[in-house]
Amino acid sequence: MIEIKNLNVSVEENKILNNLSLTVKTGEVHAITGPNGSGKSTIAHTLAGNPNYIVESGSVNFNNKNLLEMEPTERSLEGLFLAFQYPIEIPGVSNASYLRQILNSHRKHQGLEPIDAAEFLKLLKEKSALLKMPMEMHSRFVNSGFSGGEKKKNEVLQMDLLNPKLIIMDETDSGLDVDALKLTADVVNQMRSEKRSLIIVTHYLRLLEYIKPDYVHIFQNGQIIESGDHTLASRIDKEGYE
Amino acid sequence: MSKVSKDNFKQESYKYGFVTDIESETIPRGLNEDIIKIISAKKNEPEWMLEWRMKAFQRLKSMKVPEWAKVKFKKIDLQSLYYYSAPKGHEDRPKSLDEVDPKLIETYNKLGIPLTEQKMLAGVAVDAVFDSVSVATTFKGKLNEMGIIFCPISEAIQNHPELVKKYLGSVIPITDHFYATLNSAVFTDGSFVYIPKGIKCPMELSTYFRINASETGQFERTLIIADEDSYVSYLEGCTAPMRDENQLHAANVELIALDNAEIKYSTVQNWYPGDEDGKGGIYNFVTKRGLCKGKNSKISWTQIETGSAITWKYPSCILRGDNSIGEFYSVAITNNYQQADTGTKMIHLGKNTKSKIISKGISAGHSTNTYRGLVSFHPKAENATNFTQCDSLLVGDNCKANTIPYTENSSNSSSINHEATTSKISEEQLFYCLQRGLNEEEAQSLIVNGFCKEVLQKLPMEFAVEAQKLVSISLEGSIG
Repeated sequence: MIEIKNLNVSVEENKILNNLSLTVKTGEVHAITGPNGSGKSTIAHTLAGNPNYIVESGSVNFNNKNLLEMEPTERSLEGLFLAFQYPIEIPGVSNASYLRQILNSHRKHQGLEPIDAAEFLKLLKEKSALLKMPMEMHSRFVNSGFSGGEKKKNEVLQMDLLNPKLIIMDETDSGLDVDALKLTADVVNQMRSEKRSLIIVTHYLRLLEYIKPDYVHIFQNGQIIESGDHTLASRIDKEGYE
Repeated sequence: MSKVSKDNFKQESYKYGFVTDIESETIPRGLNEDIIKIISAKKNEPEWMLEWRMKAFQRLKSMKVPEWAKVKFKKIDLQSLYYYSAPKGHEDRPKSLDEVDPKLIETYNKLGIPLTEQKMLAGVAVDAVFDSVSVATTFKGKLNEMGIIFCPISEAIQNHPELVKKYLGSVIPITDHFYATLNSAVFTDGSFVYIPKGIKCPMELSTYFRINASETGQFERTLIIADEDSYVSYLEGCTAPMRDENQLHAANVELIALDNAEIKYSTVQNWYPGDEDGKGGIYNFVTKRGLCKGKNSKISWTQIETGSAITWKYPSCILRGDNSIGEFYSVAITNNYQQADTGTKMIHLGKNTKSKIISKGISAGHSTNTYRGLVSFHPKAENATNFTQCDSLLVGDNCKANTIPYTENSSNSSSINHEATTSKISEEQLFYCLQRGLNEEEAQSLIVNGFCKEVLQKLPMEFAVEAQKLVSISLEGSIG
């Protein structure tokens, strides 16, 4: 799915990622954890093509394409989804019309007709129910005045609607209460398939109890310092990163 | 963010830039008493109308061109303009649509304004003004049955002189200011609306203004009177061909609302804005003023200003009746080298009068966008209130936005509440949308439409979708 080789990335001239290499095969779930400031979010935003993250050197192969040459829009349309740690507000735009527009953008890329209003409403009801999101939320403006938890659920909803090939979740669990965390894990587990890969960036380890990742990587100073299976997460939980 | 080169976007954004090849009747260039007599004669006007024009013209001679606005342009040579142009055969108004030149019908079809009975927009009556004459008015008969008068103003002068005499110039006097007085002297056509007592007009009334002839100024005059307890919603649209020259459009619009009456006036202004280097385009110097004459009356202006090289207008409300309400909702978009200096005046004269101003200015390219507004409370305006909100959005680094609010307060019990913001389209918002699969143009359009939402939703439903598209199109090519 994705092969990262010797990646060096800086933000505002500070070097954050340090010769990072990581390969995630199709169907695998990888968790990245580590202390604050270790570069976890940087990897997420770099892969999505955020222009503030400058790639100094290295390569990223995404389904046999050079990811670093692709525009952010193209990365999305080709199936890369980033769930934001801090989802952005778009005042004046209803969540429903926004969701329909992004879905139609993806459908167009796949050569499909735009989804009609009735069909979309049905789909939205079905997906919202999984996350216990009231339909009333969709007539509000995108993420505007949403609580922290509501914003995160809205990210998971978009992830579910767009049916991506590679999901990168950036601290999606932070700000979620236990119930919301379980609902999120349920949706993620349901989406887990042999055709899809996930990279879960997390600071807390509770989410990993519900979503058992295939691999856990510990990040420090922009590098992976240790990798293991999901038992590594439990060990860190008990003993800390040191 | 990767830069999208401007060359990637062809200037196809102005799709109304075509010229209708039609023979027209013009009169000699220039501005003098003879020209005014010719215009008046062409319209078969009664003597009192010609006298009225002449008074305005005498006044004009002693007036100076105002220069205080934040707009720059070369002096307009009024003697070089044509003041009258009409498609041949339409000087005597066609009695029915069958008599209208098919080329004109086709022109309006191309503009999305079908005039033929079977294709008319349901629920919208249209008066189509082409250069200096009205060429067709739809649904007239149906409205007549209810006593509603909707006709070209030149026809109203003939058929309803008592109403025209009473109200024409009652809100914008012939002494008002240079361009308004010029209009009073040379106006050619425009719409006239009278809603009788107690009648709620059942359909949207609209006028579609089209400039076609070159080197011709368009001087339209619109007069709307809502009698006691009546309601009307009126909408105007405007387009013009793409030309290298600048053309002058100096209109006067007067609204009068009597006791408990309400007038909702919406404008979708899409005159040719000039090319990406600022060549050509319409000078849109318009005077619009409404008088809330009666108690509990209400006048609401909504404007979507996307076109014109220069937009210079302040649709205003004089709140004379006690408890009357004035509203102004505006979206002004400038791109490339467009200039806009627009806003409103809310003049509170009566007790408990209320006004509300929501202005959204969006500037892109090298454009300048100024909000200028006056809120004035006179001594008798007890308990008057105003709320003003001016938001500016900048796209790129080469454009300018100004907010100039004036207030005059001679009433002790009144209150003004003013909020203003200026922001740039945030890179975070753009990136968020791109990450979800929208391209840069789509993302920008989504964010800008959200920014304008409060105003766009004030438009009659039939036009809201069109206006949204227009907002997106106007900003085409502005990223990069």
